Amino acid sequence: ELTKEEKQRLRKEKKQQKKNKEKKDEKASRESDKEKKSAAPASQPPTQHTAQKAVPASAPVPLPASEAPVPADKPAKSKAELKAERRARQEAERASKQGKKGEVGQQAATGKAKAPPSELQPVVKRLPEHIQVDNPDVLKKLAKKLERQQVCIYVYYGYKVSLFSHLHQYSRKAPLTQQLSIPSTVIHPAIVRLGLQYSQGIVAGSNARSVALLHAFKQVIRDYTTPPKEELSRDLVNKLKPYISFLNQCRPLSASMGNAIKYIKKEISNIPSQCKEEEAKRKLLNCIECYINEKIVLAAKAIAKYSIEKISDGDVILVYGCSSLVNHILCEAFEKGRKFRVIVVDSRPRLEGREALRRLVQRGISCTYVLISAVSYILPEVSKVFLGAHALLANGYVMSRVGTSQIALVAKAFNVPVLVCCETYKFCERVQTDSFVSNELDDPDDLIVTRKGKTQLEDWQKVDSLGLLNLVYDVTPPDFVDLVITDLGMIPCTSVPVVLRVKNVDQ
Amino acid sequence: MELQAVLMAAGGGSRMTDLTYNTPKPMLPVGNKPLMWYPLNLLERVGFEEVIVITTKEVHKMMSTDPKMKLEPVKMKLDVVCIQEDGDMGTADALRHIQPKIKTDILVVSCDLITDVALHEVVDLFRAHNATLAMLMSKAHEFTETVPGQKGKKKTAEQRDFVGVDQSGKRLLFMANEADMEDGLSIRKSIMRKHPRMHIKTGLVDAHLYCLKKAVVDFLTENKSISSIRGELVPYLVRKQFSKTTNSQKNKDDVDDQNQKKNDGSMNHELLITSRDEPLLQLAQERSCWNDHHGDMSEAYHGGKMRCYVHIMDQGLCYRVNTLAAYIEANRMAPKLFEEPAVHPSAAISERCQMGSDSIIGAQCQVADKTSIKRSTIGNSTIVKEKVKVTNTIIMHGVTIEEGCNIQGSVICSNAVIGRGADLKYCLVGNGQRIEPEAERTNEVIVGTDQLMEI
Repeated sequence: ELTKEEKQRLRKEKKQQKKNKEKKDEKASRESDKEKKSAAPASQPPTQHTAQKAVPASAPVPLPASEAPVPADKPAKSKAELKAERRARQEAERASKQGKKGEVGQQAATGKAKAPPSELQPVVKRLPEHIQVDNPDVLKKLAKKLERQQVCIYVYYGYKVSLFSHLHQYSRKAPLTQQLSIPSTVIHPAIVRLGLQYSQGIVAGSNARSVALLHAFKQVIRDYTTPPKEELSRDLVNKLKPYISFLNQCRPLSASMGNAIKYIKKEISNIPSQCKEEEAKRKLLNCIECYINEKIVLAAKAIAKYSIEKISDGDVILVYGCSSLVNHILCEAFEKGRKFRVIVVDSRPRLEGREALRRLVQRGISCTYVLISAVSYILPEVSKVFLGAHALLANGYVMSRVGTSQIALVAKAFNVPVLVCCETYKFCERVQTDSFVSNELDDPDDLIVTRKGKTQLEDWQKVDSLGLLNLVYDVTPPDFVDLVITDLGMIPCTSVPVVLRVKNVDQ
Repeated sequence: MELQAVLMAAGGGSRMTDLTYNTPKPMLPVGNKPLMWYPLNLLERVGFEEVIVITTKEVHKMMSTDPKMKLEPVKMKLDVVCIQEDGDMGTADALRHIQPKIKTDILVVSCDLITDVALHEVVDLFRAHNATLAMLMSKAHEFTETVPGQKGKKKTAEQRDFVGVDQSGKRLLFMANEADMEDGLSIRKSIMRKHPRMHIKTGLVDAHLYCLKKAVVDFLTENKSISSIRGELVPYLVRKQFSKTTNSQKNKDDVDDQNQKKNDGSMNHELLITSRDEPLLQLAQERSCWNDHHGDMSEAYHGGKMRCYVHIMDQGLCYRVNTLAAYIEANRMAPKLFEEPAVHPSAAISERCQMGSDSIIGAQCQVADKTSIKRSTIGNSTIVKEKVKVTNTIIMHGVTIEEGCNIQGSVICSNAVIGRGADLKYCLVGNGQRIEPEAERTNEVIVGTDQLMEI
């Protein structure tokens, strides 16, 4: 009786979800077959089959992961066998349909546990392509897309550590430009120059990259002419797409760049169609200027104003790496007459702290310089830690240069307040809880160093079991961050989603 | 558009007059292709679609009319600009002449450059660092072949060039020729302070391939005293990198300088190498945590606006065909640059001839029986009769070689006739010359009396 009812219910559910879930239909029918086959009594424990894909453990997607309680007390052995068969079939199907949404199995509920299907079918977002490099289908799709846009694809370099095999890894010695024609016609020359500067590290740092990107876009807009029978608002956006792909291939886009691009695209699409081309271009250039002024220059001033309140005379401030915003704050505080000294912590292979050290010492601030391995030695002297951020994620995590989370951790252990300075345009809606899923791998040859004429790692590629890993970013959990200073004020780490929501409402 | 290519093909070949008195240098056959073809091919391969060719009327006529010298089908659009042949126009003067055509940055190539460099290396330096000048140099190779007409040992090395680069080997700090230095090499203290480690190299060949900013061409139009790119403009730009006026940030001082130094008024035009949105670029550079040097307190590039870069090739071909030795060497190496078959399909080669695999036979040749051709290049429409031994020789177009000749290590120019049984070793036979039968010449330059150099 109950099985029949179940079947009916299942059929109803099937009809409702028919649009997206053919796979689940199959499973449901299999389930109902199974129910038919087994002469089980009504008191079946709910069997739930998770047809969940092999999504990486900490996927950025909030799946309501309802694990399958293994039907341990199933009497009939045939049931287990059938289950095994079904699992095998599911695995086969899963393998063939990889790269698509994850799915949650249906709950073959008993009488009381009525599982409304909508709860269990999660809103699964597509995984971004740049973290699925080990998936050949995704690679093929990406290659096709780049070919369509006439952007050359990068050749991957070197052995990748298995935990990070889903990320791109390039070598700086093989630039993308060797496949481009020299007076580059497909990609605007300003964009080619920018891509080169990104990949060689000449423009590095979240703010610098965004400003350089907007500068290049200004040149693109200036040189743009609307083809006949096309509208500027639609055509210009299409023109920008291959450029953005190219820049992405040179170096993965940062969160700040992503937000800037979104803003520009929105502005372009909002141009009314009756607007003349000259006027439209002028408006766009103006928008870009305003954006840079508001979000970067004025925001830096506002953040400096807020943070000066937090710096008192006699402070010993610890900074890590070279963050343009933190340097700006410290210089401003020094101008205003605060007496403090700075400890610059640096790490290989980038050794960006040297540049921060130079800029601070040039202003007259007294500094100490240590490597990150000495941070627990020096921390008892420190009264505050100021950190810069590459992006602030929606769950309150801070994404920054690799090593930042360690500094925050050690500072927490020593009860030293950690303040993160970040402009609001770097807030992004992504969610991440670890540094594995989405990161950037830099050129592994940067780790090779020559001391006293000997280069130990010269032939690292020949050693099969050796892999060099050069991570660029890591995430710091909000428990270690005491305060985030933004241009909207001083907020706790967990208020990031609020800011994002307010921003969206404003726009 | 990003770059415009300019090919300088008006040079006279003053160091190999024996070859060039009848055939202009750009049309000299190397591997059976005119010398001009090589840089044009390089530009085409890389992706250029238009080239401005600066040449003389004679060369232009030869390019378009003479079927034997017809350029291989080059798909690019060639915009030929003819200039007077009297030879007083230097390369910089030529650039000044075509200044109205120049709309963007330019890539200047000399017609005598044969190379397989990856051009993106030079252009990437130009792009990435927003450089004023980027050039190409190569480690010089020793020429091993015996040069016809050279008596005795090779003469002492020509005036050397001293090139100073920084530690990375890319930034050009110093360039001077031995001829300009009276009592030794002098380096300014400001350069040493900024770049305490400098590598000075002397064994480099300048490939005469330059990427120049458009502002430099505008500067040339103002400053008419510079006439040669390599001889004057490049050293000037390299020096100006470290000049105080270009580095000064305060514009007011520069205006005063302008009023005071009228004859040095040229240098102030370099200051105009700024783009629109200069403040944005400045902002990006300030916020970027990158510096090109470490150890002192100055910002990236020491705050200088002008930068010169050089890419030094250490592998690969790079020849400048401006002397006879280079010409011979280039003929050996040129076949490696293109994959055409060594023997042109229209050549009629009899089966009983021995031909080495490293020889090139041109179109419509006739090679008779019992000939032996080794390591040689034979031009178009050449007739080689029986029992001829040709070794290590370059034979240009339209030559007739009668029976029984033995030619070794020589250069035979176009339309020459070598009589029967002649034995030539290491000779250079000029254009249209006739060698009488049974002649025996060794290490001689045989040219007509009317074409001898005027003293």
